[in-house]
Amino acid sequence: MGKNSRFCFSNLSSNLPITCLITFTTIFLLRVLNVIYRTGKPLGKRVSPQWPLSTLIVLGSGGHTAEMINLLLVLRKERFTPRFYIAAATDNMSLQKARVVENSLADSSETKGLSAEFMQIYRSREVGQSYVTSVWTTLVAIAHALWLMIKIRPQVVLCNGPGTCIPLCVIAFFFKVVGIRWSSIFYVESIARVKRLSLSGLLLYKLRIADQFFVQWPQLQRQYPRAHYVGCLM
Amino acid sequence: MGEARDGVKVKRVVFVTVGTTCFDALVKVADCQEVKDELYRRGYTDLLIQMGRGSYLPAKSTGDDGSLAVDYFTFSSSIVDHLRSASLVISHAGSGSIFETLQLGKPLIVVVNEDLMDNHQSELAEELAERKHLYCSRPLTLHQTIASMDLNSLVPYTPGDATPVAKLINRFLGFPEES
Repeated sequence: MGKNSRFCFSNLSSNLPITCLITFTTIFLLRVLNVIYRTGKPLGKRVSPQWPLSTLIVLGSGGHTAEMINLLLVLRKERFTPRFYIAAATDNMSLQKARVVENSLADSSETKGLSAEFMQIYRSREVGQSYVTSVWTTLVAIAHALWLMIKIRPQVVLCNGPGTCIPLCVIAFFFKVVGIRWSSIFYVESIARVKRLSLSGLLLYKLRIADQFFVQWPQLQRQYPRAHYVGCLM
Repeated sequence: MGEARDGVKVKRVVFVTVGTTCFDALVKVADCQEVKDELYRRGYTDLLIQMGRGSYLPAKSTGDDGSLAVDYFTFSSSIVDHLRSASLVISHAGSGSIFETLQLGKPLIVVVNEDLMDNHQSELAEELAERKHLYCSRPLTLHQTIASMDLNSLVPYTPGDATPVAKLINRFLGFPEES
């Protein structure tokens, strides 16, 4: 009996790196499954909310930002603060529009200390860029997203479609898995998507990364039953 | 045909917009004689084209010779004023332009850009056309749409509301209901 256990032990120690790898991988996968299971379950029942919640708002060109601003105008700012706005590096208009909204808030509100920060993120791929060079730029974009997310560690993520939101949401999910920060990820599919989801929407829906997925047209809700139909925002 | 009592013609402006895109096909067809004649026939006096990043330059005209007055520009910081003073808007299928126009209650013809790769924009235009909030057209059929349109049959668009989303978000996070 003693010899057997010594024999087993020596076998184990010589395979230690592999054993560790298998153990960590298993724990990681179990964690991922656990996070997916908990994704979409309302917070209120599990843990008492720690208000206010730091919020990341992902902006995109044109219609995306207009829709997001419409949503921000009906959210109580004192619940979602501090607010971090991220837009693609080549998109100047979106951050400008967000600043206008924040300035009008600062004017009309008596509460001091409502803070907002505005940041730009590298794009994974510009329109028309070759796919070969895109591999490198995508890696740079992911690294940049990771850097920004580590700084922000938001509790709430609001996004509505632009490609810029994918690295940020994936990293937010990763933070949930490894326990860096639990966040609630809300995705509103653009009003321009009537019959088909955008690529961003499809990814976040299928991979179950978004806690709540909102669509603006009933046709989409029929195709994607886990989505919430909320009517038109514009 | 829009003449006021003192003989001065009431201005009825058609505003064409391509947003921040390049949509030469629309600018060209709006500037073509067929479309301009049709617009004049329907009682419009001025044609103002916002041509964005396109390269086709329309021909300016004062309209003194009993035809449409034509003018154009590339961009402006906000087209809201142009939309407000228009009697008819002809727009590309961008959601921003569409909803800005509908929210001002202006009659709208949306022209879908067939040169775009993944044309999901046409989904929105077609859906809103089905609900009779606007007319949907292609560059080559624009003059037919103008000839046959009945603007009185358009249904006014009720602006949307983001409150349902906010309610669901608040409930999910455990915030108390708004009073």
